[in-house]
Amino acid sequence: MKYESQKIAYAYFLAAMILFVVQVSGGLLAGWIYVAPNTLSEVLPFNVVRMLHTNSLIVWLLLGFFGAAYFLIPEESGREIHSPAIAYYQLAILVLGTLGVVVTYVFDLFQGNFLLGKDGREFLEQPLWVKIGIVVAALMFLYNVSMTVLAGKKTAITNVLLIGLWGIALLFLFAFYNPANLSLDKMYWWYVVHLWVEGVWELVMAAILAYLMLKLTGVDREVVEKWLYVIVGTSLFTGILGTGHHYYWIGAPGYWQWIGSIFSTLEIVPFFLMMVFSFVMVWKGRRDHPNKAALLWSLGTTTLAFFGAGVWGFLHTLHGVNYYTHGTQITAAHGHLAFFGAYVSLNLAIFTYAFPIMRNRDPYNQVLNMASFWLMSGGMAFMTFVLTFAGTIQTHLQRVMGQNYMEVQDQLVLFYYMRFGAGIAVVLGAILFVYAILVPQREAIEPGKRDVLSPAE
Amino acid sequence: MSGDPDSAADDGWGVLGELPGDLMMWVLIVSELLVFGGALLAFLAVRAGDTAAFAADQALLDQTAGAVNTIVLVTSGYCAAMASAARNVDRRDTARFWLYGAMALGCVFLIVKSAEYWSKAQLGIGIETSPFFTFYYLVTGFHALHVVAGIAILGAVARFDGERNIEIAASFWHMVDLIWVLLFPIIYLLG
Repeated sequence: MKYESQKIAYAYFLAAMILFVVQVSGGLLAGWIYVAPNTLSEVLPFNVVRMLHTNSLIVWLLLGFFGAAYFLIPEESGREIHSPAIAYYQLAILVLGTLGVVVTYVFDLFQGNFLLGKDGREFLEQPLWVKIGIVVAALMFLYNVSMTVLAGKKTAITNVLLIGLWGIALLFLFAFYNPANLSLDKMYWWYVVHLWVEGVWELVMAAILAYLMLKLTGVDREVVEKWLYVIVGTSLFTGILGTGHHYYWIGAPGYWQWIGSIFSTLEIVPFFLMMVFSFVMVWKGRRDHPNKAALLWSLGTTTLAFFGAGVWGFLHTLHGVNYYTHGTQITAAHGHLAFFGAYVSLNLAIFTYAFPIMRNRDPYNQVLNMASFWLMSGGMAFMTFVLTFAGTIQTHLQRVMGQNYMEVQDQLVLFYYMRFGAGIAVVLGAILFVYAILVPQREAIEPGKRDVLSPAE
Repeated sequence: MSGDPDSAADDGWGVLGELPGDLMMWVLIVSELLVFGGALLAFLAVRAGDTAAFAADQALLDQTAGAVNTIVLVTSGYCAAMASAARNVDRRDTARFWLYGAMALGCVFLIVKSAEYWSKAQLGIGIETSPFFTFYYLVTGFHALHVVAGIAILGAVARFDGERNIEIAASFWHMVDLIWVLLFPIIYLLG
């Protein structure tokens, strides 16, 4: 670790990993409720479990992004973070907000209160006071990192990262605008939800990935930067108007069906480029970095993102297809592999890279960590497949044959059992990952001497 | 970094490294061609499902205005090419003259296009009128926005008139007229 303030990332990553375990455990519970729908129906209803599962996902991914920024910005701009104190206050606000959210959801406190009660919009259910807290924390963060970058060296990686993080904060402001008209409500709601994950988050992903490639493969910065710009250009070109694929059936004008279909089909391009980028960098790379686990996660994130976000997204993005598949388990299949591939794996990649450095035990052989990669990825891939099959059957029975919803759900229970099994693998993998990061002490190895890079060994 | 000094020149982009102008402009051009190509293919696919209705709507278009605009835009592309050629031999004023010509013809294109939209509006035709007109307005509307952007870019490089800048702007402008040359026969003429 070159700069003392990189250590800030440690606290962020730790908080993120705790929430990660909570998130997947919540997912496992939700998966069981699909199998046995009355489970905890009085104490912890499904809608609350689902809120916890999705909200904690978003929060821990963001904590990971913040941590990653605090870790890589000092190195990139060649100076310490402007104010470590602000960074820790920011984390405290975010943790407090998260706890507040959990307590509010679970006990359904202050129902209907505009400031303290939960908000009704899916994924943006946070009470108003938490939303305000998020904005305050985001401002502290942006002030802190922008001051650092402005005073230091400006690289393509920090520029793209900052644009992405500023975009995240600015687009979140649409969470405060909630028009009474349901169509308009949905339209602006997607400004946050879509333009985050299929817009500015991709910039953050590309920037962190570029940093990892630079460190792990030793390819020239110039080459990495060129790729970075192309990836960012295509993701904005396709992602912004790709929002149209959410406007098919919400009461927006019909031309959105064509805008959405065409642009969102091309959204596969940046994910394909990221995958090609990571593999080409590894092939060209002249550095045999000992942190094979970080390399595995880096290649894993681009590959799984290409399939989860790219291929599975395209599967149901054309409006003629989506007319039938909308809101079926096909959506769940896509959502799971896309988030896991693009953003979970990316976070786990930077955690894997950064932890040995922050704990002064680099270079470091992480066999357990690599095992957790295969366990989690295998589980998630299996889950995606069974949900895709479930969704295909559901689409046919419910949307083509016209059977009613619950009747069809009964037909899908076999798949829900298999999904639960896949969920167990993912949760075990997550716990193993956290263990591998935090506990083992005696696995330090010599720096690599071989020329061959074999990331999946 | 473990790079060698001449790696910048040969960084493995192959033929892509030899494109004139800027790589990002070519990324944009390819992206635009994919979008307009996709839209035109979708147009043809939907048209195949109801050729009679599409033919009836197509008959309402002003083919003469479309043909005039084709000539205008291709000529404008010629001006941009001449500007680039003049700048390459350091005749900066001549280059600027050709750029203004290209911009002026771009404006003529927009005026003709606006007249077309106006006459359609007089007939009560809008983007929701029929599948044909949804595509018509989407594709020609997106294209017209690119003409506006192109005029702005040409104006910018008339001011900042580096050789490379003019090359980049001319590449964009040729993409805009190429797309028109593709969409004009498909939407206006195809019988």
